[in-house]
Amino acid sequence: MTIESLIETPSELTDSSNSKTAIVLMTRIRLARNLAGTVFPGWAKPSQREASLAICRAAVAATGPMKRGLDVSVSELTELEKQILVERHLISRELSGTKAGAGVVISRDQALSVMINEEDHLRIQVLRAGFQLKKAWNAVNDLDSALEDQLDYAFSPTLGYVTACPTNLGTAMRASAMLHLPALVIASQMEKVVRAVNQLGMVVRGLFGEGSDASGSIFQISNQTTLGESEEEIIKRLGSVLNSIIEHELNAREKLIEADAGKLFDKIGRAYGILQNSHLLSSGEAMNLLSLIRLGIDLGTYPEASRPVVDRLFIEAQPGHLQHAQKGEFEPGQRDLLRATRLRTEFAGFARPNFSASATNGKN
Amino acid sequence: MANPLKCDLCSKPATVHLTQIVNNKVHKVDLCEECAQAKGVTDPSGFSLADLLLKASLNPEPPVSGVRCEQCGFTQADFKKHGRMGCPQCYEVFQSLIEPMLDGMHKGLVHRGKVPQKALARKTLHDRLAKLELDLSDAIKTERYEDAARCRDEINQVKQTVAPKPAS
Repeated sequence: MTIESLIETPSELTDSSNSKTAIVLMTRIRLARNLAGTVFPGWAKPSQREASLAICRAAVAATGPMKRGLDVSVSELTELEKQILVERHLISRELSGTKAGAGVVISRDQALSVMINEEDHLRIQVLRAGFQLKKAWNAVNDLDSALEDQLDYAFSPTLGYVTACPTNLGTAMRASAMLHLPALVIASQMEKVVRAVNQLGMVVRGLFGEGSDASGSIFQISNQTTLGESEEEIIKRLGSVLNSIIEHELNAREKLIEADAGKLFDKIGRAYGILQNSHLLSSGEAMNLLSLIRLGIDLGTYPEASRPVVDRLFIEAQPGHLQHAQKGEFEPGQRDLLRATRLRTEFAGFARPNFSASATNGKN
Repeated sequence: MANPLKCDLCSKPATVHLTQIVNNKVHKVDLCEECAQAKGVTDPSGFSLADLLLKASLNPEPPVSGVRCEQCGFTQADFKKHGRMGCPQCYEVFQSLIEPMLDGMHKGLVHRGKVPQKALARKTLHDRLAKLELDLSDAIKTERYEDAARCRDEINQVKQTVAPKPAS
């Protein structure tokens, strides 16, 4: 598979969205693994990085799920291609910034990706649309076991999987879910939620991980600690935290409708108007408007059939995807124009809001 | 009036008071604004690493200075600078530096998750093979041919088990 054909293929995230993905857009689990007796990528000399890259690439590309997938070194990718992979959550910003001796292998369905020589020799990742912690764990566990047939992992009976950073020791697993929490944001309750979640040993981040903002009311919630608990225990704990956040979001939605339905539907209706008519949209504003439309779909204001369109636009309104669609590189100002044009076109044929349906829907 | 709190790092008056609860343990840090900025405490996303660095500088361990990982040449100063280790071996070399950090950073100090059984079994067999080969040459040197034959048989047996499986 080439990078061009991968980009033309819709990703796991946009392909399978339905009402089951209402609040949890996506589940992701990644495992960090390192080769025994081999210098970590961040401390390795260029020749050592090339050597471990070759070993890992061969082993990863040979596994069943990666057959006929994309197998490239980072230096073969253009800046735009890297950005598109970051926007699809298939590689990290850190990997896209490395120059030599790093690579990535991505499965055809874009559900699995293995980054090579990021912070660790291997970062094995699985993405699943919706709330799928168990399925995601099974998939990533299988791929990890298949790799173990070929590679000797650095492992210590007490410290577990040995990682470059001590914060990842043990299971070396980061399980996370991407949550759409518009009502908690509108009701200014996110700060409280973040504090509570932190106290439970979980971390809240923006859509694109560390340091990114939470535009579009999308948050990533993941486990902070990795040593001292099994993978199943961590997943169970994360799952119950996520369930309680979902409950809070649903309660917040109910309260917003009870307190002032007019104010909420005004926001949802105005978002539709702006998306249909604006000529300049920054990435942040577009995300926030799409978030309101998505909330409208959950409440029945817009038909369920529109959900995949909105979820696809969350990704396609990002700078990399936008520039790729227009076949060129553009300044941020020009991008805002392109983005608005793109969204106007998409929303020209979008179903009109039906507020009477949502008033009854929101109450049950 | 009580004395104003001093910054834990530079003893200027502290204006940032940080309390974090990790695994039911309370960690308190008082910092002046500059140190808080410098350590990235005000940036919530960069916080867990900041916590790690802070704790390392607040409770200075007996310096392991001069110790160098033989495998990769990594030193304690390198860890302070990068916040990452050099190679898997480093965790044994710098055990006294790392162990106190893990307390509070994680839920426990001992791994309880998945174990790479196949990789470990393979390692055991490789180690056994190396020992058998040593025994074999020793037996030949001292003309213990019966022992040599036994070693050779065992080596062949182990080699068959270790033979890499074709990629599935």
